[in-house]
Amino acid sequence: MPTKLWRFLPGLIVLAPVLFLGLFFFYPVINIVASSFTGGWSSISEVLSSTRAKSAIWFTFWQAALSTVVTLVVAMPCAALMARSDGRRALLFKALVTIPFVLPTVVVAGAFKEMFDRAETLPWLPNLNNTATAVIIAHSFFNFAVVARTVGAYWSALDRRLEEQARLLGSSHSQVFWRVTAPRLKPAILASGAIVFLFSFTSFGVILVLGGLGQATLETEIFRHAVVRGDMASSSILATLQIVAVLVLILVTARYERRASTQTQMVRNATIPLHGGATFGITLFTLSFLGAPLIVMVERSMRAGGSYGWTNYQAIFERIPLLPSTSARALVNSVQYAAIATLIAVILGLICATAIASAGDATSRVLNIGATLPLGVSAVTVGFGILITLDVSPIEWRTKWWIVPIAHAIVATPFVVRSLVPMLRQIHPSIREAAALLGASPAKILLQVDFPLIRRGVAVASGFAFAISLGEFGATSFLPRRTDTLTAPQAIFRLLNAPGELLRGQAMALSVLLAVTVAVAIILSEMLFAKGRCRRDNKLPVAS
Amino acid sequence: MKPKTIFAHIACLATLTIAACGSDTPDTVDTAENIEVGDVTLTLVTHDSFAITEGVFESFRDTTGITVEVLTSGDVGSLVSQTILSEGNPVGDVIFGVDNTFMQRLLNSEALETYESPELTHVPDGFELDSSHRLTPIDYGDVCVNYWIDALDAPAPASLMDLAKSDYKGSLVVQNPETSSPGLAFLLATIAGTPDWEKFWIELRANDVAVTSGWEEAYYGDFIAGGGERSMVVSYASSPVAEVIYADPPVDSPPTGVLLDSCFRQIEFAGILSGSEHVAEAQLLIDFMLSPTFQNEIPMNMFMYPTAVTAQLPEEFIEHSLLTDSPLSLSPAEIEANRQQWTERWVEIVLG
Repeated sequence: MPTKLWRFLPGLIVLAPVLFLGLFFFYPVINIVASSFTGGWSSISEVLSSTRAKSAIWFTFWQAALSTVVTLVVAMPCAALMARSDGRRALLFKALVTIPFVLPTVVVAGAFKEMFDRAETLPWLPNLNNTATAVIIAHSFFNFAVVARTVGAYWSALDRRLEEQARLLGSSHSQVFWRVTAPRLKPAILASGAIVFLFSFTSFGVILVLGGLGQATLETEIFRHAVVRGDMASSSILATLQIVAVLVLILVTARYERRASTQTQMVRNATIPLHGGATFGITLFTLSFLGAPLIVMVERSMRAGGSYGWTNYQAIFERIPLLPSTSARALVNSVQYAAIATLIAVILGLICATAIASAGDATSRVLNIGATLPLGVSAVTVGFGILITLDVSPIEWRTKWWIVPIAHAIVATPFVVRSLVPMLRQIHPSIREAAALLGASPAKILLQVDFPLIRRGVAVASGFAFAISLGEFGATSFLPRRTDTLTAPQAIFRLLNAPGELLRGQAMALSVLLAVTVAVAIILSEMLFAKGRCRRDNKLPVAS
Repeated sequence: MKPKTIFAHIACLATLTIAACGSDTPDTVDTAENIEVGDVTLTLVTHDSFAITEGVFESFRDTTGITVEVLTSGDVGSLVSQTILSEGNPVGDVIFGVDNTFMQRLLNSEALETYESPELTHVPDGFELDSSHRLTPIDYGDVCVNYWIDALDAPAPASLMDLAKSDYKGSLVVQNPETSSPGLAFLLATIAGTPDWEKFWIELRANDVAVTSGWEEAYYGDFIAGGGERSMVVSYASSPVAEVIYADPPVDSPPTGVLLDSCFRQIEFAGILSGSEHVAEAQLLIDFMLSPTFQNEIPMNMFMYPTAVTAQLPEEFIEHSLLTDSPLSLSPAEIEANRQQWTERWVEIVLG
């Protein structure tokens, strides 16, 4: 009997993420789209043939594609640095790079706007405000860490002996990179590129603040139809289109990812640092690219009473009438929700990623699509879907406090899955087979073979899951929330919604604390999962 | 044990977030003695700008035994959409925060119950826009052009039409009426307050008007208050009061003034949601929201003005804010019937 149960156990475990996403994502999304879709084919063609919808669709695609390319280009040097650095300074750097990811869009977009305005005084620079260029720059700022850290973690686990051999055979550094390293990085580049594409595809705040008013995307149009016009039928047509587009994208990248993934394997490398000049150059570039808005923010947060001081930080602990609780309480709420969301996302994401990497073709494909889709679906669709779906006993959950961290986990889980699948696929079957031959149980193989090889990936993914939750604003703002669940991004938004320098100062101080919180979280997750350093010669016995 | 409670407990145990989990059950035991209507919890659904002084709902509980729980959900548009989506099975008992620019959409649905509060005797008739008595006026405010007093090159504008004069070229920043509630109110102000609003906006565009997607980007981005260069912005009649209260360093008088001729009146309403199981208690809550206990707290928390004449304005409001006697307005039905056409035309004129 126990052995029989054991056979079914993996299947039962895989049910957990399937049920979770099914209940909190697929069922609500299908429900809202199906129930608001009333008009028939003629209404579809009517909505999609309007000039406005056409230009929104076109803009959505090309800005997301270009944002992805630009992000990959600017973040790749940093990924190289991440792959080859270790120790305390590297840890701090990793944390720093991730900060932009959680910053509230209103704050960052405001800082960018100011920078673009100032840059206008330079004769060779046009004012970028209200242009697609501004949108793309902002997207690459927010998503920089996705590429740098996902590719970095993957890169660090690539078997470096291939490069060493190529060097010995007389190839130059650049030849080694383009012919040996780059092709093997493809799965990670594809995976992180897909994430950046989806984030840019569904971006909302950046488009509104920096894109200028002529620029609409599918996401902003879905919002306009559903919220401003109250026309759920049109909104659900656009939402369906968005889902179909994301499905196609996932199928295409999955195909490439699979094709690219059988050429190499993961090992535990010792870290050999890049040489000093490269390290300095990359660090300088990264800091100047990511640093400017952060400096503006810190400077603002310290400005108080006509000089500089800590007043705005003290204000965080005092309740002001505009907020239902103190800003400090909002930050504590955010941290608690982020902890819950991360726990859910990492556990479910690991299960899902393992299943995708090891299951048969069809199952793997379905799971892969299912676990990625939430990244590309509009916050309005998810929020309103939950509102009209989880509304009857025994699933009357829409106003529970924990629906907030669940909504965060819906976005964070796919992230974990996407960044771990390529790593798991790279683990050479021969390692597992060898372990099994030596008598290791599947659980033991998972824990002692797979996990050590992907622990850097787990560290990165859990750090991001935490950051996603900490910075999340979209889906939760379309859900009815109890006032004691106020999160830090919501508090910042409310503080910035009334005149007065005191309020603005407090908003900036809270943004800085949000940034510090995520930095601490990244450092903790790195120390928790990725701390085990390896000796130079500690390589696993695999044939190249 | 229901599955949901199991789930909640697992989440709690897993993270040891005692504070967050402990607050799941409302504390109603201590009021069991003084029940008048019933020992119930009412849920008030409102927008994200809602705030009220601590202890206000507790005083309601002390007199009625009814606990009030507040749920907030996005902006007013999002609140109305959600209410209509969940028609018949609402997330709460009472809705607050629907304004006259969105109310007709809600009135066209079946989402509200009728209730004529006796407290309405203290409310001027002009606020009662809903003759069917499903929406009760609770507070109001004006959306007006604000100007930075020290930054104007010319004398302050006196009328809406002045904004198109060359004296104010490049001075004004407004919000997009498609994405911003004050932006929509200002568009409505120009429709109600100028002889030919389309021509007026053509002139404003020629006068180099700036447009942002939301209030925050206009006020803190382009307007002088946040380091921008424009001396006039669409904001609220109460904004100068906030400029004093939240000034840093402190000031005696507001740095901003209000163009009274440009003000569009926004009235916020409360109503009982159809499907509520506590209609009698919900009626008490509506009455309470018109009582001085609640009304007196509105200005400092939400920078709006109480509708009941029995309410007292805080000193800062008396001293630093001016309200026009003749605000611009349009009927909710007219707004609902034309909004899309108006905003689309506006987009063509100003952004096209």
